[in-house]
Amino acid sequence: MTELAAVLDRILIKTLGGVLDGYLYPFILKGMVVTVELALASLAIAIVLGMIGAVAKLSNSRIAKAVAGTYTTLIRGVPGIVLMFIIFFGGQLLVNNIGDLLGWDYIEISEFIAGSATLGFIFGAYMTESFRGGILAVPRGEIEAGYTFGMTAAQVFFRITLPQMVRHALPSFGNNWLVLTKETALVSVIGLQDMVFNASQAGGTTRQPFTFFFVVAVLYLIITAVSKVGLRWADRRYSVGVRRA
Amino acid sequence: MDLAAITDNIPLYFKGLWVTIQLLVLALACGLVLAVPIAMWATSRNPLIASWPKAFIYFFTGTPLLVQMFILYYGMAQFEAIRESFLWPVFKEAYWCALIAFSLNTAGYTAEILRGAMKQTDFGELDAARSCGMSKGLIYRRIILPSAFRRALPAYGNEVIFMLHGTALAGIITIVDLFGAARIVNSRYFVPFESFVTAAFFYLCLTFLIVWGFKLWEKRWHAHLHPRDA
Repeated sequence: MTELAAVLDRILIKTLGGVLDGYLYPFILKGMVVTVELALASLAIAIVLGMIGAVAKLSNSRIAKAVAGTYTTLIRGVPGIVLMFIIFFGGQLLVNNIGDLLGWDYIEISEFIAGSATLGFIFGAYMTESFRGGILAVPRGEIEAGYTFGMTAAQVFFRITLPQMVRHALPSFGNNWLVLTKETALVSVIGLQDMVFNASQAGGTTRQPFTFFFVVAVLYLIITAVSKVGLRWADRRYSVGVRRA
Repeated sequence: MDLAAITDNIPLYFKGLWVTIQLLVLALACGLVLAVPIAMWATSRNPLIASWPKAFIYFFTGTPLLVQMFILYYGMAQFEAIRESFLWPVFKEAYWCALIAFSLNTAGYTAEILRGAMKQTDFGELDAARSCGMSKGLIYRRIILPSAFRRALPAYGNEVIFMLHGTALAGIITIVDLFGAARIVNSRYFVPFESFVTAAFFYLCLTFLIVWGFKLWEKRWHAHLHPRDA
């Protein structure tokens, strides 16, 4: 990550020269590393929650269905920034109220943990829908065949359902990832020092806010472009053996 | 739970609700007006012509709305030329900056949706229109756009909901929309949970209203796709 930042820095210094007053590296690019790390951490949480949500939605249990349904409907109906404030400020209060009862010291939740937990929680709802669609696209007969061979439910899931659902879930998974990387910008509002936060700092100090925000916009475009290359590779990898027109 | 802080400030929330609805409707209207020509432009066969609207779409769909809003609200003040010009009263106001950012953002997403829908127009329909002697403008008006709007409707419904959620960012740059109202209540009484959950409830209601509205609209516009009632 730091090597990538250094390479980017050299390219940008050559093309932009001293325009950025030496704030780009390490300041803005350090923020970019935070942005990418945050996005990846949130993605990991979102994948776990999405998987649980999808399995719950497709299960036979009425309670699991209701809980997963409420989760996806509520989360997808409320703006990310509002959820972030509820979880970050409300969650902080909640943890400390519980802590008071149990006699703990004051606990400060770090912005990174709060940010990635919130984003993961939000995108878990979107991932639930992607994964549900992917699982539904796996032919029912293959799953039944697995059970007929005496596989356990876990074996059927990991050997048959999971490898095949990836291909169907990938397009909307990729879309969610692209939206997620952009949504990470919101954490700058709760004080996490991502690249938007650092850009507003640098912009304020140098009185060149436009320059810095524009550079950040370009950096987001770079993240998007790299992600798209990765997603296309994954799509090819998981579509091996599928005939295409 | 401190519900008195909420009930005392319900008028503030309703004021915020009104600002949110205003921002949403205006941004969607401006965005749609911009999106139609951009989408038509982007379907051009000449790559030199199509690259401009595509760059617009790429920028506005590829960067966070928050950054776009900051570029307008904080960034424009950097330029002497803008501070001296007639545009300054516009870029000085948080409301206009937010509205312009939202409009351009939704224009980018809507143009991409419309471009995809227009590309799927059936060749037979175009051939038929041409052999009837329709001009290019008439073909767009009577054939391509009406069917593209129909195809784009479900995706556009999602975009409207995303835009509703996007308008919450206005609360960050001092505008008192729903989210801004919640921030004010929170800062006055320090009730983060109650204040933001109340705002969330309002947003949820708006989302349900939009989903329901689009369902009705789709029923009307996609009536030809429904199975016939027995």
